[in-house]
Amino acid sequence: MSLTPDDQIFWQFGCFKLNATIVWTWVVMLILVIGARLITRRLSRDIHISRWQNMLEIIVLGILEQMKEVGLKKPEKYLGYIGTLFLFIVTANLCTIFPVYEPPTGSLSTTAALALSVFMAVPLFGIEKKGVVGYFKTFMEPTPIMLPFNIIAEFSRTLAMSVRLFGNIMSGSMILAILLTITPFIFPIVMTLLGLLTGMVQAYIFSILATVFIASAMQSAAN
Amino acid sequence: MLIDWFTVFAQVVNFLVLVYLLKRFLYQPILQAIDERENRIATQLQEAAAQQAAADEQHQQFDRLNAALKQHKESLLAAAQSEAEAEQQRLLDEARQAYDELRTRLQDALVKEQARLSVELRKQVQQETFSIARKTLADLANVPLEAQIMAVFIEKLQALGTSTIAQLSAALQSANHPLVVRSTFAISAEQQARIAQVVKSLINDKTTLEFQTGKEEVGGIELSANGYKIGWNITDYLDALEKRVAGVVENWQKNPAQVENINHDN
Repeated sequence: MSLTPDDQIFWQFGCFKLNATIVWTWVVMLILVIGARLITRRLSRDIHISRWQNMLEIIVLGILEQMKEVGLKKPEKYLGYIGTLFLFIVTANLCTIFPVYEPPTGSLSTTAALALSVFMAVPLFGIEKKGVVGYFKTFMEPTPIMLPFNIIAEFSRTLAMSVRLFGNIMSGSMILAILLTITPFIFPIVMTLLGLLTGMVQAYIFSILATVFIASAMQSAAN
Repeated sequence: MLIDWFTVFAQVVNFLVLVYLLKRFLYQPILQAIDERENRIATQLQEAAAQQAAADEQHQQFDRLNAALKQHKESLLAAAQSEAEAEQQRLLDEARQAYDELRTRLQDALVKEQARLSVELRKQVQQETFSIARKTLADLANVPLEAQIMAVFIEKLQALGTSTIAQLSAALQSANHPLVVRSTFAISAEQQARIAQVVKSLINDKTTLEFQTGKEEVGGIELSANGYKIGWNITDYLDALEKRVAGVVENWQKNPAQVENINHDN
């Protein structure tokens, strides 16, 4: 039993390696892209739409609505980023119902990558909105004394996000594995259900936090 | 070490690829479809609103036409009613007029019939009266009625006053006609001579007389000259009788029982 799917290496060439995290990420990506492609291939522009299209519209509009509620002015612009974040984590966590599946979000590398992308995306969106100088000025607000604290906060929240997601998903998988060895029947099912719920909540929290960070960057940029 | 930096890098790349792919295959088509559908629905709503407005307009027009039609119908009905009333009045007037004409004709016919009957009755009564008188005189005095009438007539002639004779003479001269003696009955030659004698003695000897007999309307005997008449006739008696009979009939119509009693008492 391994703590992280990173340890399952299928192929390695130098520093390049193909571990379970990357493989299962590709699987999740395939599921998402193929599913989306299949549904959006025959989109109806009429009033009558298919159930799958309806489901996708509900998901997409739900994400947009949440982003709008958090305070993003033009959520469509950030839908690709935030929506993908949410859908990827949700799908990665949902697939834990399959026996051999190892959730890539259970790898600290994945969560760190996602947190890193948020860490990079926030200043990028802020700079896009206000320019380089304008954005970095916000680190010296309300006074320049706050500069180190702001920088620490920026890094720490990225770290917190990645550790939170990793800890929750990894712990879920770990508890499930441990319980399977202790009580092989029934209880793991309950824990799996709990794990699904936790996975959903984590996906929501991660996405919402990313949105909040971006929105706050936009807000300060606007100010 | 829990973090494998190659994996982190690979996952970042994977994530960015996924962002691109989902943007390409999921978000853009879905949002585009939603926008197009919303536009289509908005267009349809606008069209529906336009159609509704048109329908409202048509409805109002229909209402106006309906009201006009109703008004027209009512006016037509009123016109027809007044026309029918006028026609009814006209027919009633015609019927009334026809009724009046018929009644007038009937009344005229009745009056004529009454008059004819009256004349006929008068004639009958006269004949009867003459007959009774003749018979009575013959039975009681053995004198013919005509002779008695003649005697009375001659007495009347002889009893004429001078003024009356002068008037008679003047009438005779102005008319330049002979004196006419008309009678219901036949006058014998002897009686004619007697009358001529009396007349001549009253007026003058040249006076000529013309005798006309069988004139029932005279009801006796009379001498006339240019509207001037002297004579005896039964007409007065008949008039009195007619008046009395008319009075009895009138009383009977008013109170039949009383008349009956009177008749019984008599």
